[in-house]
Amino acid sequence: MKTTLRIRRGSAGETPRFEEFDVAFEPGQSVLDGLRMVRRLIDPTLAYRYSCINANACKECMMLIDGTVDYACTVRLKQGVMTLAPLPKKALIRDLVTEIAPPDERL
Amino acid sequence: MNSVENSSPTHLETDVLVIGAGGAGMYAALEAARAGVSVILADRSLIGRGGATVMAQMTVAAALGEQTPNHWEYHLADTLAAGRGLCDERLAALLCEDGPQRLREMDEWKVGWAREDGHIKQAQAPGHDRPRCAYVDFLSTGPAVSKTLRTRLKSASGVRLIGDLAIVDIVVQDGEACGAVALHLPTGRAVTLAAKAVIIATGGLTGLYRRNSASANMAGDGYALALRAGAELIDMEFVQFFPIGHLAPRLIGMDPIMWDPFRYKLGGRLLNSERQEFETTYASEDSRSDGRYVLTRDLATYAITKEVEAGRGSPAGGAYLSFRHVPEAEIRRAFGPVVDRLLANGIDLARQDVEVAPIAHYTMGGVRVDETLQTRIPGLYAGGEVVGGANGANRLSGNAITEALVFGARAGFNAAERAKARNLCWSAEAARPVLGLLRSATKRDAPNPSAAIAGLQTVMADKVGPFRTEAKLRSALSSILQLSQEIGNVPLSTGAAFDTTMVDWLDLRSMLLVARSVAEAALTRSESRGAHQREDQPRLSEDWCVNQIISLSQGGISLRRIAPANGRPVA
Repeated sequence: MKTTLRIRRGSAGETPRFEEFDVAFEPGQSVLDGLRMVRRLIDPTLAYRYSCINANACKECMMLIDGTVDYACTVRLKQGVMTLAPLPKKALIRDLVTEIAPPDERL
Repeated sequence: MNSVENSSPTHLETDVLVIGAGGAGMYAALEAARAGVSVILADRSLIGRGGATVMAQMTVAAALGEQTPNHWEYHLADTLAAGRGLCDERLAALLCEDGPQRLREMDEWKVGWAREDGHIKQAQAPGHDRPRCAYVDFLSTGPAVSKTLRTRLKSASGVRLIGDLAIVDIVVQDGEACGAVALHLPTGRAVTLAAKAVIIATGGLTGLYRRNSASANMAGDGYALALRAGAELIDMEFVQFFPIGHLAPRLIGMDPIMWDPFRYKLGGRLLNSERQEFETTYASEDSRSDGRYVLTRDLATYAITKEVEAGRGSPAGGAYLSFRHVPEAEIRRAFGPVVDRLLANGIDLARQDVEVAPIAHYTMGGVRVDETLQTRIPGLYAGGEVVGGANGANRLSGNAITEALVFGARAGFNAAERAKARNLCWSAEAARPVLGLLRSATKRDAPNPSAAIAGLQTVMADKVGPFRTEAKLRSALSSILQLSQEIGNVPLSTGAAFDTTMVDWLDLRSMLLVARSVAEAALTRSESRGAHQREDQPRLSEDWCVNQIISLSQGGISLRRIAPANGRPVA
């Protein structure tokens, strides 16, 4: 099975662009699994947050998945195109990474 | 050209710097602040979200003595027995003696330990002689511990929390720790941190393995920080594999090691492909086992691996875990909402088996410290899983979070005491080499560092896993050497914010050093003991009742041996 991840990329201040990545997957795999495959097999510069793996413990991988705010670790990959974008109401850092830490936990 | 090169470093000062905001780091920060000093708690990820504590769905061992008579010395006896002669008894005693106090403090802070008949309820886990393991329902122990400590930190005075800050190296001046250099991920800027004491609380190294139960950012960077600062490591060959990590069907949104509490409460059956229970066959080989579900983790890992090797594995390459003999209502009563989360994953425990297999879970080895949790570098402390020695050759179930709380608190208190008696001694000169390393980063054609990390994880899983041979270990060391040559000495960078490429390169630099420490120690130890099983050296040898100590010398790794606990050199 194959999915095309259409990902909004770019740093704060840049004009955002969409890039597409095709990844093969097995039924049951998560969007986070797909993102990790992209970095390992296609483009190591793709930025997204996560620290636990698919356990939904760290709550860091929240993003816009097909227009809905959700966790990349709990949404499953599906065949066809899936569109990923950074959280719309948080300051963008780069690609899918936004400033989600509380203000008093930043440098 | 990268951001580090473009700007001068941001400089911060504090009494105590704590690296890593898991259970140990957060407790260390709280305890240091309680002692009246200023603290910076830094994490490469978000505060209180990463590390192992938040992932733990299991239990916390301590001799509370509320449910059944207990004494910390009984807990110590079990801990030492599991450690198979290698525990640092001073550290093990600290863990067991301080455990009840820390669990009660967490209780006052409303962690929500499961209760029964007015007392904290304690389950009996394998290797324990009596019920000793507290937990938070349902499978919420780790998240509850993390959340409780996070909440306390919010109201603690004198603690500054800084996330997205990856520590690159400890700075040592005149043989003493005086701070650290870090990379601020959102901006790519270098940050220098002056501190009177530094605590490494970065957790274990299970991220070195392909299948592991830790957070992704727990690949052993703390061990590398300690080594490069001049501190020593101990018992690095001992990596614990959790025998029944989830294997299939695909499960998301849950911790892969969640099946143990199911077994405590419901008594699940472990079956091979012939649907035979096989644990008892192996249990008879262990004099400490009574034949019930008491196989310690090393033996259970051995049992499953041997069944798979004998062609009796499940389709995905593990064993079946079955609860089909348990009435559906009982499953629901014991695990409530977790049953629905499993159903959402297409798993109906009353009707189908799952497949499980060993998964890298915990590191017994680690940074060598004395009973004040200080390394041989004055001012450099360690707390939590990153500490080596307390658990010897194999850790008892339930000791990991206890160790995080106890060692975190002790390290925090002792670091604060040191800080009170000293002035800052920051040295820009001592920080120069690591700032130079960051500034030297280049954008260049190079192998994908993320793929290289995956490659290293495969090497470690296949060659330095639970069952080792000299040939496999030599092959692993040669792969590690080759990878080290491929990544070179100059960091790879893209110059962008949140530079994942640079972080991967810096991680690889540390992972390769730590992987080498594990493989070298495993190669030298020509016997089988606890979690270190050599198929070419299957017997435990009395000659090897020693700890191996690792340090860096002229860029290379050197090993020496000491007798456990008392630190006397072996003749």
